[in-house]
Amino acid sequence: MFAKRGVLPGFGLTFGFTVLWLSALVLVPLSFLFLRAASLSWPEFVRTVTEPRALASYRVTLFTSLAAATLNALAGPVVAWTLVRFDFPGRRLLDAIVDLPFALPTAVSGIALTAVYAKNGWIGSWLDKFGVAVAFTPIGIIVALTFIGLPFVVRTLQPAIEDLDPSVEEAAGILGASPWQTFRRVIAPALLPSLLTGFALAFARALGEYGSVIFISGNMPLKTEITPLLIVNKLEQFDYAGATAIGAVQLTASFLLLFAINGIQWWAARKTAGPENA
Amino acid sequence: MIWARRGLIAFTLLFLGLFLLVPLASVLAEALRKGAGAYFSALADPEAMSAIRLTLISAAIAVPASVLFGVSAAWAVARFRFPGKSLLVTLIDLPFAVSPVVAGLVLVLVFGMQGWLGPALSRLGVRVIFAVPGIILATIFVSFPFVARGLIPLMQEQGDEEEQAAMLLGASGWQIFWRITMPKIRWGILYGVILCSARAMGEFGAVSVVSGHIRGKTNTIPLHVEILYNEYNFVGSFAVASLLVLVAIGTLAAKSGLEWKLRRDLRKSQEESA
Repeated sequence: MFAKRGVLPGFGLTFGFTVLWLSALVLVPLSFLFLRAASLSWPEFVRTVTEPRALASYRVTLFTSLAAATLNALAGPVVAWTLVRFDFPGRRLLDAIVDLPFALPTAVSGIALTAVYAKNGWIGSWLDKFGVAVAFTPIGIIVALTFIGLPFVVRTLQPAIEDLDPSVEEAAGILGASPWQTFRRVIAPALLPSLLTGFALAFARALGEYGSVIFISGNMPLKTEITPLLIVNKLEQFDYAGATAIGAVQLTASFLLLFAINGIQWWAARKTAGPENA
Repeated sequence: MIWARRGLIAFTLLFLGLFLLVPLASVLAEALRKGAGAYFSALADPEAMSAIRLTLISAAIAVPASVLFGVSAAWAVARFRFPGKSLLVTLIDLPFAVSPVVAGLVLVLVFGMQGWLGPALSRLGVRVIFAVPGIILATIFVSFPFVARGLIPLMQEQGDEEEQAAMLLGASGWQIFWRITMPKIRWGILYGVILCSARAMGEFGAVSVVSGHIRGKTNTIPLHVEILYNEYNFVGSFAVASLLVLVAIGTLAAKSGLEWKLRRDLRKSQEESA
């Protein structure tokens, strides 16, 4: 079984080190969380993860994450298309700026967005005239999560748009398709797998996001308390069992989404490979 | 079509401007609200200085750790065939899928006083949670995959023909690595290092859970920003945050510069082989 592995030296050393590192730092600690959660009695576990405050936090987290990922799935394609297809002054600067949410520490994003969207902030004071409050409401959480998720959608779509051959769109036009038909029948199907992947990545990131949200959300239990914050609050009250139980729920959600994302990518690879290669 | 084009460009400018540039500018505006004197005195504060020191120390440990792991993992994954390879690659990405709060929580469960190894370590006089080692561990956890996930596709694309030729000519494993592989991947490593240091210096959630917020001892720059903000010291908080904004802008500049260089190199090598 070792015969066809490869001819270069160093497999044992690098493979062993990699597996040891991942086990010590990732696998064992994460399994330990489930182990500790399993050592709670079943009724206690169920009571902790279904108490009204926990259920409200899942609701807030899921709703705002879904809303933010949807907003990004709508605006992201426009941004990605503009950055790939059009040349205009400042394009490269804008392209670099898209990664800002990755590069800016989440705590800084959090206080910056709060300053901008608070009632006396640059955008918040203007929205206040129309009676719209953003900071310290679920809308504020959606704003923060949209900020955090934007690069995931734009960066997964850009290579897919670069791969589109404009001559195919021209051919569709010459064959009599309207711009709308070209978009619906030619462009949209080709970009759908990347759009779904970007949506899922943004959604997954939003579910676990903490730093950028806690400043703008106001953190009112049952109203604007997200699940990661509930875990932190339980830890601060030294309720380790409660934090472990909610943490196990949060981690399970991350694993499920990771599987979903891998599934989407597998489906996309098969789709682009075409039926003859599948 | 020209109107559609203008409309799309206008939308992109407005969207990115409102969502990205306005918050960025607001950090600088808030930091300078009470003038340059207040700004610099917030930065010169001893607690701010100690937060800067701790952030630099944890990044100085986490970044080499990411390089060591990344080179090792990329060599194993990109140069050999073995069962379970895609599982291994998924595991490398796992820290990015896990909420930072959960990452901090598992460290507390393993190393805390109520935890698995905590009591034994404390008998040896080692404290991990609410102390510097915990902050370093949390930083490593959230930032180690960056070098690996950049190097694996790069080395898979480059192939191993040159390494095989060197081996046939009698080079040892280390000679192959330092003389053949390293020159081909050094820019890829640098790319991972840039992303890794940005994350290591900016991590908030995981570090916040394990730090205990002991001022002047276990505070990193992002945690110091939070403490000042919660004390309504907004000028101080935004002044310290502006340091991280500078790091972020530097990161973006270095990243796009390097991407531009890598793309040019790729084009050049394609033209040479054509």
